[in-house]
Amino acid sequence: MLFYLFAALAVLSGAYMVLTRNLLYAGFSLLVTLLSIAGIYVLLYADFVAVTQLMVYVGGVLVLILFGIMLSSRVQDKSVRSESVNKIWGTLVAGLVGVGLCYTILKANISSLPWLLAAETDVLGWQKSTVQMIGIKLMTDVVVPFEVVSLLLLIALMGAAYIATDKQEL
Amino acid sequence: MEQIPLEHILLLSALLFSIGVFAVISKRHAVVVLMGIELIFNAANLNLVAFSRHDPALLQGQLFSLFVIVVAAAEAAVALAIVLRVYQYFKTAHVNEVVSADNK
Repeated sequence: MLFYLFAALAVLSGAYMVLTRNLLYAGFSLLVTLLSIAGIYVLLYADFVAVTQLMVYVGGVLVLILFGIMLSSRVQDKSVRSESVNKIWGTLVAGLVGVGLCYTILKANISSLPWLLAAETDVLGWQKSTVQMIGIKLMTDVVVPFEVVSLLLLIALMGAAYIATDKQEL
Repeated sequence: MEQIPLEHILLLSALLFSIGVFAVISKRHAVVVLMGIELIFNAANLNLVAFSRHDPALLQGQLFSLFVIVVAAAEAAVALAIVLRVYQYFKTAHVNEVVSADNK
């Protein structure tokens, strides 16, 4: 099934991201992870979120990260390497978190939650895509968070441009 | 097309979350730490979208995940700007070598 292909791709490239020694390889394996998560969004009937994931993460954040890698490392010496420190603590905490989450998920019997059993899951039965519904919701129910988030984006862009500017040259 | 079991999606997102936690804790380079944070955001978004499948009339999970994506983009922009400043000042982007703001 397509979901398991995407899931294996996401987990494997995520694991390669933390295990590789090369910073650029880590960036590109993060690209594969984000792409396969977008594919999983499509399989979960979330087409608009999938396209947003592609545009914002793959087109924006990842390019930003690659710029960050290239601007913050000297290729001549070893700082382009991505070494690990605190390997024991990292493995311990991440393993504990992962095992705890998996144990809880397997024990919780989520599929038999009352509201999940009561809910209908056939999204595409009465509409072909979620775009219209999301547009209506963005302009009615969540219009205040929508405006606040646009303000936040403006502030973050201005702040990022100000921080990254070399102040000696101003 | 049969439904993907909800547990499998939650297990996938738990795995991605713990990979992100490992990257945040154990990586030296600040950009890789940021990549781990992005992975954690994506794991949370996956949960939201997975539960939103059972809520087709309201789509609250998908709306929430859209806002998470926007806030993550803003966070990445500001954090990378800070990483660039730190690199210009300390001549390194390794988080364990940046000790103090006073002495270089």
